[in-house]
Amino acid sequence: MNPLQATVNGCPTDLGEIRAHTNALDWLRDQGLTGCKEGCAEGECGACAILVARPTADGGTQWTSVNACLVPAASLDGQEVVTAEGLGTPDALHPVQEEMAQRGGSQCGYCTPGFVCSMAAEFYRKERCDGAGHPAGGNPAGGHPAVRQNGNHAQGRHTPAERDGRAVTDHEHGPNGFDLHALSGNLCRCTGYRPIRDAAYALGAPAEDDVLAARRDQPAPTPAATRVSRADGEFVRPADLPEALGILADHPDAVLVAGSTDWGVEVNILGRRAPLTLGIDRLEELRTFSVSDDVIELGAALSLSEIETRLAGRVPLLDQLFPQFASRLIRNGATIGGNLGTGSPIGDTPPVLLALEASVVLASSGGEREVPLSDYFTGYRQSVRRPGELVRTIRIPLPLSGVSAFHKIAKRRFDDISSVAVGFAIQVEGGVVTRARIGLGGVAATPVRALATEAALEGRAWTAESVREAATVMRGEGTPMDDHRASSTYRSAMLGTALLKLHAENATPQEVGA
Amino acid sequence: MSALSERPANPVVGETVPHESAALHVTGRALYTDDLVARTRDLLHGYPVQAPHAHARVTRLDTAPALAVPGVVRVLTAEDVPGVNDAGIKHDEPLFPSEVMYFGHAVCWVLGETLEAARLGALAVEVDYEPLPSVVTVREAIEAGSFQGAQPTMERGDVEAGLARAEHVFSGEFEFAGQEHFYLETHASIAQVDENGQVFVQSSTQHPTETQDIVAHVLGLHAHEVTVQCLRMGGGFGGKEMQPHGYAAVAALGATLTGRPVRVRLNRTQDITMTGKRHGFHATWRVGFDAEGRLQALDATLTSDGGWSLDLSEPVLARALCHIDNAYWIPDVRVNGRISKTNKTSQTAFRGFGGPQGMLVLEDILGRCAPLLGIDPADLRRRNFYTEGQATPYGQPVRHPDRAVAAWDQVVQTGDVDSRRREIAAFNAAHQHTKRALAITPVKFGISFNLTAFNQAGALVHVYKDGSVLINHGGTEMGQGLHTKMLQVAATTLGVPLHFVRLAPTRTDKVPNTSATAASSGADLNGGAVKNACEQIRERLAQVAGGRLGVPPADVRFEGGRVRGLAHDTDEIRWADLVTQAYFQRVQLWAAGFYRTEGLHWDSTVFRGEPFKYFAYGVAAAEVEVDGFTGAYRTRRVDIVHDVGDSLSPLVDLGQIEGGFVQGAGWLTLEDLRWDESDRPTRGRLATQAASTYKLPSFSEMPEEFNVALLEKAHEEGAVYGSKAVGEPPLMLAFSVREALRQAAAAFGPPGTSVDLASPATPEAVFWAVEQARARAAEHGHVAEGFPGMVPPQPNGDVPRYHPRSERPPAEQHALSAEV
Ligand SMILES: Cc1cc2nc3c(=O)[nH]c(=O)nc-3n(C[C@H](O)[C@H](O)[C@H](O)COP(=O)(O)OP(=O)(O)OC[C@H]3O[C@@H](n4cnc5c(N)ncnc54)[C@H](O)[C@@H]3O)c2cc1C
Ligand code: FES
Ligand code: FES
Repeated sequence: MNPLQATVNGCPTDLGEIRAHTNALDWLRDQGLTGCKEGCAEGECGACAILVARPTADGGTQWTSVNACLVPAASLDGQEVVTAEGLGTPDALHPVQEEMAQRGGSQCGYCTPGFVCSMAAEFYRKERCDGAGHPAGGNPAGGHPAVRQNGNHAQGRHTPAERDGRAVTDHEHGPNGFDLHALSGNLCRCTGYRPIRDAAYALGAPAEDDVLAARRDQPAPTPAATRVSRADGEFVRPADLPEALGILADHPDAVLVAGSTDWGVEVNILGRRAPLTLGIDRLEELRTFSVSDDVIELGAALSLSEIETRLAGRVPLLDQLFPQFASRLIRNGATIGGNLGTGSPIGDTPPVLLALEASVVLASSGGEREVPLSDYFTGYRQSVRRPGELVRTIRIPLPLSGVSAFHKIAKRRFDDISSVAVGFAIQVEGGVVTRARIGLGGVAATPVRALATEAALEGRAWTAESVREAATVMRGEGTPMDDHRASSTYRSAMLGTALLKLHAENATPQEVGA
Repeated sequence: MSALSERPANPVVGETVPHESAALHVTGRALYTDDLVARTRDLLHGYPVQAPHAHARVTRLDTAPALAVPGVVRVLTAEDVPGVNDAGIKHDEPLFPSEVMYFGHAVCWVLGETLEAARLGALAVEVDYEPLPSVVTVREAIEAGSFQGAQPTMERGDVEAGLARAEHVFSGEFEFAGQEHFYLETHASIAQVDENGQVFVQSSTQHPTETQDIVAHVLGLHAHEVTVQCLRMGGGFGGKEMQPHGYAAVAALGATLTGRPVRVRLNRTQDITMTGKRHGFHATWRVGFDAEGRLQALDATLTSDGGWSLDLSEPVLARALCHIDNAYWIPDVRVNGRISKTNKTSQTAFRGFGGPQGMLVLEDILGRCAPLLGIDPADLRRRNFYTEGQATPYGQPVRHPDRAVAAWDQVVQTGDVDSRRREIAAFNAAHQHTKRALAITPVKFGISFNLTAFNQAGALVHVYKDGSVLINHGGTEMGQGLHTKMLQVAATTLGVPLHFVRLAPTRTDKVPNTSATAASSGADLNGGAVKNACEQIRERLAQVAGGRLGVPPADVRFEGGRVRGLAHDTDEIRWADLVTQAYFQRVQLWAAGFYRTEGLHWDSTVFRGEPFKYFAYGVAAAEVEVDGFTGAYRTRRVDIVHDVGDSLSPLVDLGQIEGGFVQGAGWLTLEDLRWDESDRPTRGRLATQAASTYKLPSFSEMPEEFNVALLEKAHEEGAVYGSKAVGEPPLMLAFSVREALRQAAAAFGPPGTSVDLASPATPEAVFWAVEQARARAAEHGHVAEGFPGMVPPQPNGDVPRYHPRSERPPAEQHALSAEV
């Protein structure tokens, strides 16, 4: 077999003596690319962010930021990677680096290379560039706009609404189309973020001769079938689904890895090691996407970011979910199949998929079966999925109900784990609730449907009074626990207020489902 | 203007320049200690064996199974220590303990060829423990009488008389959490033994000299046998002032025993479970106001949560007491302080160093009492400001109290505070489920180390024959921009462009006996020293130039890399030419600079003196919006006016203000240290020991609109080029966010509602405050009204008011004796 190889900052680089559990961050640092930092090793801080070339739906390439600390180094085989070192040098800064440096975007500098990579991914996002018309690499404000000097007097006075005299739609998007959520997975302990935001919002479009921009028009590298065998474990990326299912049949205890945003944390923080890790993230059969009149099918190995882009708002409930699910960095890796594979009671897609009455298609070497998601979970991180099976796709029936919302209760608005999550899909016709589906997370050992509440709503008028009664029922759903995220009393209280909030915000709902 | 504070024409200080390492930061080329691993051959990796008990005796330690793990080279234990088995300066921090004092305490360290080998080796080490009873919370410590160190009292006037005289007397209790530093770069050290037994340690440390001292005493060496270098830190915030020493010592011990370089880098879990944090505090208080709401008396007892060892707890407590007054005049005061000893990490320095905790107590009192007094909280605060001629409870005259007033007025004016308050009232009337509030709070923060001896610094400045300049000083760079400022100071003093000057990493063999880069004093102290060194060189060069130009040396001017006489028609010499000429005239082109802050005195035994060179002031107005269904909130807008004197480097100062503010808001609203207080075997374990559970502010916590201005006409006589320290004070501007949250929660209840707000004010805590307001259960919160009220506990006579050893530099150093 040829040696494993990745293209790093344009140079083919042997992956060398990596182990099955070696992550991309450690490997890059061993190569002397120490711009990637470890701040947490669990996907939370983004200090390790790098860019990888990923395929787009139209056959091009998107520079996608991911957490190097979570990605197995072996999965870089055949891939293209760019780090902060590859974007620019001190003498020839990349536009992103230039803005960050000039505007005080770095203090201690430790988070900075990661921010630069996340920002560069958004810089190169085609949809952003199409929407904004700044000149190449432009710094429209020029100089040091963060500080206006007047003798010894300096001011940093910025309201997004003022910038460049352009109207800004909200506090999370710049006039140049920059989506601040692109940076939601990067933490900075020093700056307080304002200068980083200003750097992001000052970016223009990539220059004509920008090599990385040009790369977007070529196809992304095809996934390589890979095998790393060492005494302490094996990593295999099969060529196709039948091979994967065959291996899984022979080794039912193999660990499946898709985006590795759960598995990577277990490896790094809990020290878990698997005899056999099976990389399924690039399998075409798991990356299907289709919308027909009566069903939407989402391949299990599509990342949440890919689903968000491809659905393009078609499922409003999922659209509410995406920005609240982890961070962009994580969503670029995290797959929907992985979220169900983990089966955590505080996973965010299950409450939503339960409300949407989704089902999962399970595949094994023996064939396929479809299971309603409401029957899928059987206990704490347990499901009906048998050894040798994997989730191939998720089906969402159409049409959708008219009132939908995702309520996520957490300490922090960006990138936090739910203490309680609620997915609502409610159909109101003629002022009466004809169908109510409510999925709950964080209130029991598994994600659950709020069946009693659904019953209390259905057939009743969508009024403050009946909603108040149903809210009382909802307060008693599940058996919430006390932990460091929230007390059980708060969790119950949140169940009690969720429906009230939904009603307050949708007192006169759309009558017809989308 | 003083000689120290006066600026020459066209100074480089005051220019807006990016951080000196910005281009390296953004390209990933800036090196941090652990980045040297890839550049170091034959390196060994250290990994700790952490105890799973809050308090236990080690009854057996068997390292043999670890040595059987492939790749394990050695296990370091207490027997290996040739010098003193202690990582601190108070001799209460055994490096290899026989008694486990907190959950996660490292009992020994495994060295491996790879990190994985060391980790597996650590898992293989067999340790038997005999669990002992533990004290985990401050309340438990108070009940058990578990204290450590001094119990100072700060007293002025007659507090009983003051309270008796007051129209309104309230009493209450308040307990609030500490904070994890969460510098993005965890602790890291790499040690190696150079030629002739010289130990070289690269460490992410704010206090290289003390790291050197501790490494030396652990190894049984003298200070001149150990060199410590700090390239830069990926954040420190006080967390690398005392804490790095032990890890550096482990690495150094490993290096001396194996002859190979040893790396000790804590991963995040280890860092957060092993290293000290900001102290949480408990406070009981009585306060008296006159009929107009003017403070009459404050009687309080503060108990800090010290954790398992004394560490910096005593000076932290001292600063808490010295800042309880914040910006307010209180005639009669009695504040007692004590430090609880608990089975937790050893709590330590953290930006503000106790100041924030002391001030939070009074700000909380004002926030809770304002509705009970029927006075708007902003009015209550403003009414109690210090005025000229008044002194702090510890006897220091409050200089420039008018600056707090100026900052307040400017915030009110530029922040449109009055009209926004009307808009907020209208919004609240129209919205049942969402409420907004705006709060405005001041900061007054004393600058200098309380301990006078620490207020000194050194620098070494070299001018090379080609005119290029290299500076070195005792301060460390952790992102606060100290090096940027020092480059600007050197360029200003020498009259050369900024790019003529470079700065070399901080090393103990360049500048000895340095103080920690702490107490916000880095620029004041090191700036004084750099300036002093540059002046020596400049004076010598002025002699040479005077001769060339035919003017008296005193009339020579250095500016922009050119040297000329005072009169404009004289010749000019290029800096580089002058330097070359001076070299040939055998003029010394380098100098050691020194600086000591004048006019400080402090007597910790009676808690009186003038420990601070000056006060830094600031005012913030914050507007928040709270969702009544969930307690979730957003910070809509923040306006700050802050006093940095005449700024040395405006972009750097702006960054410190904004960053400090957001970090303070994190402490007060989001960051949640949860220790297992149950009786389960995991008692004492930190439950929030990862970034996934201990949430730092992210982009979503940044104020949506954030306006920061530097106070004008703010020249400070007592500091280098008229500037003021800026590292710590802005953190406390975040009180405005907490008070705004309190007011927004209260807006869900009837007017005059006083709500208690837990700290941190997480969405859950705010939700309960909203519920409290709605239930009207708490017209008084948990505040009691009436004299004499709940009298705070008073110190018992046998405890020293101040620890005899407290605040004294380590006396027990392994001093060279004449016989050696
Ligand atoms: C910083 C951070 C933040 C996060 N925030 C959130 C959040 O807000 N909400 C949330 O819900 N989750 C969150 N997560 C968890 C995680 O991102 C999700 O669970 C994600 O969907 C997992 O997908 P993955 O592809 O990365 O899974 P992997 O880590 O690759 O795999 C996870 C598990 O699923 C199994 N698996 C993967 N694919 C399949 C398949 N096709 N069929 C069967 N089993 C499979 C694997 O065997 C493994 O056990 C967060 C994680 C991190 C690190
Ligand atoms: S190191 Fe923190 S996200 Fe990877
Ligand atoms: S600059 Fe220090 S963490 Fe961001």
